[in-house]
Amino acid sequence: MNVPQPYQVVGRDRETADTVTLTLEPVGDPLPAFRPGQFAMVYAFPRGEVPLSLSGTTPSGTGLTHTVRAVGPVTSALAGLRPGHHVGVRGPFGTPWDLAAARGGDLLLVAGGVGLAPLRPLLLRALDEPRDHRGVALVVGARTPADLLYRDQCDTWAQRAPVAVTVDRPEPGWTGNVGVVTTLLDRVPYQPRNTTAYLCGPEVMMRATARDLVHRGVPASRVFLSLERTMRCGTGHCGQCQLGPLLLCRDGPVVAWDRAEALLAVREL
Amino acid sequence: MTEPTRQAVMGPDGLEALRQALVRRGRTVVGPTVRDDAIVLAELTSASELPFGWGVEVEAGRYRLRRRSDRMAFAHSAGPQSWKKYLHPERVRQWTADRGPDGTLTVREEVDRPPAYAFLGVRPCDLSAIAVQDRVLVGGPHRDEAYRRRRTGAFLVVVECVEPGATCFCVSMGTGPAVHGGHDLALTEVDDERGHRFWVRAGSEAGAEVLAELPVRPADPTTVARAEEAVTRAAGRMGRTMPPVDLRDLMRDTLEAERWNDVAARCLTCGNCTMVCPTCYCTTTEDVTDLTGEHAERWRRWDVCYDLDFTHMHGGTVRRSGLSRYRQWLTHKIGTWHDQFGSSGCVGCGRCIVWCPVAIDITEEAHALHAEASGRDAEGAGAS
Repeated sequence: MNVPQPYQVVGRDRETADTVTLTLEPVGDPLPAFRPGQFAMVYAFPRGEVPLSLSGTTPSGTGLTHTVRAVGPVTSALAGLRPGHHVGVRGPFGTPWDLAAARGGDLLLVAGGVGLAPLRPLLLRALDEPRDHRGVALVVGARTPADLLYRDQCDTWAQRAPVAVTVDRPEPGWTGNVGVVTTLLDRVPYQPRNTTAYLCGPEVMMRATARDLVHRGVPASRVFLSLERTMRCGTGHCGQCQLGPLLLCRDGPVVAWDRAEALLAVREL
Repeated sequence: MTEPTRQAVMGPDGLEALRQALVRRGRTVVGPTVRDDAIVLAELTSASELPFGWGVEVEAGRYRLRRRSDRMAFAHSAGPQSWKKYLHPERVRQWTADRGPDGTLTVREEVDRPPAYAFLGVRPCDLSAIAVQDRVLVGGPHRDEAYRRRRTGAFLVVVECVEPGATCFCVSMGTGPAVHGGHDLALTEVDDERGHRFWVRAGSEAGAEVLAELPVRPADPTTVARAEEAVTRAAGRMGRTMPPVDLRDLMRDTLEAERWNDVAARCLTCGNCTMVCPTCYCTTTEDVTDLTGEHAERWRRWDVCYDLDFTHMHGGTVRRSGLSRYRQWLTHKIGTWHDQFGSSGCVGCGRCIVWCPVAIDITEEAHALHAEASGRDAEGAGAS
């Protein structure tokens, strides 16, 4: 049955001025397990649905975490929810991050803005399975320091893996890096030819990062992007999420750069 | 026991007998009929409502009914509507949601009970269009249940095409004018000195059962030969062609062609082509509430890829220019549809040519892109 299943908000964490993280637990039977990179259609009664990537799971194993930035009517309604409120959820939809591709090698995660959210469950899984990889590194960019997600968690992660953070516009008191994320690609350790990269952020940031990584020797087939287009159904039927030959709800959102590069190079495709 | 009759010949009175046999089975019989100066699709309360003696004259941007000198019922090319009107309706309620006093959410899937349809007079191109929508809407891992409920068990009476229009190109797309399976009954219409009659074949057990109830006589070699000749002649009278190349490759390799500027200067981005196309399936959603705000409904309605909202995200609209929106429609239809669903999305019915208010012709655009690509290749070859 492809109608929203009721979930209850059991946790709400404010991340930035316009972004919150909601923790949801099923009211009835849980949906099938979500994998990092996949997304849900989340229904804010009575306003509508939006696609949201998984930003984490819960210790119960049945819960879902979604980080939502209030940019439209539905996301604003979701961001305004409080523990006890109910939402509807459909999913899981789409392709997951290909973690197996990184087995034995280095993982490099590059996030822009709220794009850190879909990478978080991948990062946590990689940190939990350190013997599967050589190393894990995280590069994070945001518009301003106030736009950085999961700041406390970032500090914890930094104790377990190299983490580099930059902002476009510093604020008083900011002592960190200033500039786009591509300026940090040499600040964290990884062996390019042995690296699998996972990118999520604005399209222009992902394009620049992917190009720079391939230039450094990371294989294009092992640079993964999480792409975004309008989505209405999640099930491959509404036709809205097309990117050339791809239906991003089905063939994405995670797409390898060797497939995405030519498509993203065509203006207004 | 004898083999059930698989083929026969019947007179025009057989059409009403056929309609009644389908109605007796509880079916809603839909077929072509003349209304508002066009041949449209409607529920038939009598076979006499079929467009006997009517033909159509079509050209890019032009559609006119015209009287024929004979009594043929199916000697007309595609009208403004297609069977998606019934199988993939313009508006469908998908679910209702209620919020209880304690804040709990109850969502109920809408399970409507559509009529058991029988379509009388499906052209082979439109039969292929139904097969295309089958692949899109119920051929993948997720099924569109509203479509499935309408499509499952729909009874399809195909009428082979003997009178193609000036905008037809089913031969280029490999979808007609003959039928190649997927039907319950196939008819071929003949009107000559021996009279007005139909060669009837059963394509399924359900079709054979219905055929057994019709006022038929054994198929005679002359009628069969005349019917086959008429379909063969039709294949040689296509008004349009597609360039004889792999259209999927052509679309993939011409995304930056100059020709897109040319067609974009003419295209009004009105979306008529998507409305009349028998395979265009794109939809959007609408969430509505009652006055209390505690009851909500999710509706799905046809959408148009020419609409700016179609690709609107919080970062802006992806396909802003008319060029990019016409290009999306055409490249999807005859190119990337293959990647997404394993076949072309075009069946060569010509509707998009006829109903375009500025007479843009999908075949002309494909030929122009092919010419530009060939010229470019030739130049490249000359320079090397």
